[in-house]
Amino acid sequence: MKEFAALFTALDQTTKTSVKTAALADYFATAPEDDKIWTIALLSGRRPRRAITTTKLREWAAEHAGIPLWLFEACYPVVGDLSETIALVLPEPKNRIEKSLSGWIATLRGLDNAEEDARKAAILEAWDGLPPIERFVFNKLITGGWRMGVSQKLMTRALAKATGIEEAELTHRLMGDWSPDNVSWESLIEAPDPTADLSRPYPFYLAYQLEQEPHELGDVNDWLAERKWDGIRGQLILRGGERYLWSRGEELMTERFPEFAQLVDFLPSGTVMDGEVLAYDRDAEAPLSFNKLQPRIGRKTVPKKLLAEAPCILMAYDLLEWQGADLRQTPLADRRAILEEAIDALPKDLPIRISPRVNATTWDGLAEARAISRDIGAEGLMLKRLNAPYLAGRKKGDWWKWKVDPLTIDAVMIYAQAGSGRRATLYTDFTFAVWNGNDLVPFTKAYSGLTDAEFREITAWVRKNTTDRFGPVRQVTPHHVFEIAFEGIQASPRHKSGVALRFPRMARWRKDKPLQEANTLDDLNQMLAQYG
Amino acid sequence: MGYASPYLSPMVLEFTEAGIYCPPADAYIDPWRPVPRALITHGHSDHARPGMGAYMATQAAAPVIHHRLGADIRMETTPYGVTHRIGDANISFHPAGHVPGSAQIRVEVDGEVWVASGDYKVIDDGLSEPFEPVKCHTFITESTFGLPIYDWPEQDVLARDLNAWWAQCVAEGKRAVLGVYALGKAQRIMKLLDPSIGPILTHGAVEATNKVLRGQGLILPETVPVVDGVDAKSHPNAIVLAPPSALGSNWMKRFGAVSTGFASGWMRLRGVRRRRAADRGFVVSDHADWKGLNWAIAQTGAERVFVTHGYTAQFSQWLREQGYDAGIVQTEFGGEDLDEAEESAA
Repeated sequence: MKEFAALFTALDQTTKTSVKTAALADYFATAPEDDKIWTIALLSGRRPRRAITTTKLREWAAEHAGIPLWLFEACYPVVGDLSETIALVLPEPKNRIEKSLSGWIATLRGLDNAEEDARKAAILEAWDGLPPIERFVFNKLITGGWRMGVSQKLMTRALAKATGIEEAELTHRLMGDWSPDNVSWESLIEAPDPTADLSRPYPFYLAYQLEQEPHELGDVNDWLAERKWDGIRGQLILRGGERYLWSRGEELMTERFPEFAQLVDFLPSGTVMDGEVLAYDRDAEAPLSFNKLQPRIGRKTVPKKLLAEAPCILMAYDLLEWQGADLRQTPLADRRAILEEAIDALPKDLPIRISPRVNATTWDGLAEARAISRDIGAEGLMLKRLNAPYLAGRKKGDWWKWKVDPLTIDAVMIYAQAGSGRRATLYTDFTFAVWNGNDLVPFTKAYSGLTDAEFREITAWVRKNTTDRFGPVRQVTPHHVFEIAFEGIQASPRHKSGVALRFPRMARWRKDKPLQEANTLDDLNQMLAQYG
Repeated sequence: MGYASPYLSPMVLEFTEAGIYCPPADAYIDPWRPVPRALITHGHSDHARPGMGAYMATQAAAPVIHHRLGADIRMETTPYGVTHRIGDANISFHPAGHVPGSAQIRVEVDGEVWVASGDYKVIDDGLSEPFEPVKCHTFITESTFGLPIYDWPEQDVLARDLNAWWAQCVAEGKRAVLGVYALGKAQRIMKLLDPSIGPILTHGAVEATNKVLRGQGLILPETVPVVDGVDAKSHPNAIVLAPPSALGSNWMKRFGAVSTGFASGWMRLRGVRRRRAADRGFVVSDHADWKGLNWAIAQTGAERVFVTHGYTAQFSQWLREQGYDAGIVQTEFGGEDLDEAEESAA
């Protein structure tokens, strides 16, 4: 595991993408094949099954370090990472075990069916035989949740550099339902068989938020405008008589949306569509709120009642494969034409719609259409260049999100909590309140939106203005007003304020605003009535 | 803030709004409000504050305190280990190993001995007078790094890592820029650097402290103050020592391509290292690590321990479980603060 730990260290010691790519490319060019496959798996979120519970790891680590469990638990929030906490408290290693990454993974998997004593002995032996960084890496192999400061995109770029295979092609090869057990370096990277995995999705094309003025995009007639729907991005694959639904996070969601099964009978094999899964009111021909969709996301199987309450459709907006042919290099205008024709020909009771074009002859016309987005349950507009291919990953230029401005409210900070991980020494998690008469009613938390300098400033202030502590939470003197931006608002009986926000964040620290001028619960309720 | 004592043994020192107070001597140790008489453990700004009627410190700590608080403060100095009768108390200063001149202050009243340790570390850093355990009944300890996750590497490992980084920077045509405390840490690190790799450049705040310490007879490696004309071109193989606040500032532009590092106990934590977005983090502190704190407390033979700044709740509970009569005291001491900007103003 020496090579893998060295790679980890190299990646950890730099923030520069070019240095990271070079370190990875170097690793891919030199490491043993089994290790390379596992590295790709780990960096793309495919981890081995957890052989040991974290409860046991905590107990064993505390015991081995000669400290009480409560003290170990007190260390954990300071470090912010369980694997690292364990690595830091353990005594110096006693010896040096040399074993490859895949060797250690095999050892861990061998513990799956072992008795607890044997598991414990194996883990302690590993801890005693590994230097600190390898220990940390080893713990990460057990606990999962692997983050090495390397995105899948960056890893793919490094792989491309090491193998000479094109990046977009590699991205596609790495998609889908593989594991290191059923692939080899050869079959995954070097010479894949395209028919081996019928479920394999194409890499999603991801849009950036539009930052310039829309007219700077050029002639409005070169662009397709659609609603930006507020559902789950999905890629529906119909191949070989089967269907597969992939989320943007590369998760198979097929079983969660049984309504799409019937599409197999109506569309030809070799069809792949990109779209938004929405809870949908067929009578009104309008999407239901994201709130309605939410219970369907979490469950593996769907009870009938839920199916009836939140029927879903695919709001299709792109066609990536048609009659078995990869259409991604075909211009959007042509892909869209085939898609429209195919969906128009389907019976209307099928759970699929085409995402309608938003037509306007000027940018101002589109701006007007965008302004009503919230009223029809959309988040804004999507702008897509009509002559563009379907690219892989997040690329600037051909697709833009043109979202409506967020809702905002001015709120008072009343509780603060330290962050974890890289923000462990800062107060970054805050609870905000609005006025209800003379009382402050908490209604949301927010963690992001401030600069590091602002977080440092507010942290110093929190330390000096704490009025009470509840575990890790500090109550602070009501004083600071923040503008909270959010994307949506819903009624929520679970919250004291009666509302829940979507994507709340701190938009601005309103140092100019006196405490008394923060918004009120009535203001929130008005927003709820209007947009909830 | 006063500490209501549930204990039978007398309170030689009391914890007040203004600081740690010794009634028989009518003097405060490291007070944070202006008082007539202050006994100062060392020159860091959270321990030596302006506005006191009179100061007392070790001979080796006095020059830095004068440098920071002014030449005109009223200051009495003492060598280590000499007992002074102040009021009804016997008071002496003993090496704390934190920075040059730093002291633990021993206070004896009617045979009852308390030691206020200020900030301390127990390893010999090759610069400061090494920590000397002082037997006492009651010990006042810091707990800046009072959790078992804090374990410092040996000094020779640190030296090897620092020099390897510097040499690598030179090989890659970059300047190594290290963020360090101006008093103590900077000089300690200078002495670990291998002069055969290149010259040591110093920020004004660091060089000012160097000057004071050299003036009192400490031998430090040769340094080149960063003034106009000192830059990447004139000193391509240099390592630059600067207060943390100078990293990322305009001041750094003159060094062209750089690799940045921080030297602090907090660098033990990956999360903190990453948040600083420095290229390298070196784990080095002038405070005791977990083992050091526990060792030091055991050496004093104290039965009662008061825990000041740091992980006070966790550390005092741990001490109680080890059989000590341990409590927490609120102070305004800062410990090791990565974001402390005052160093650059000194």
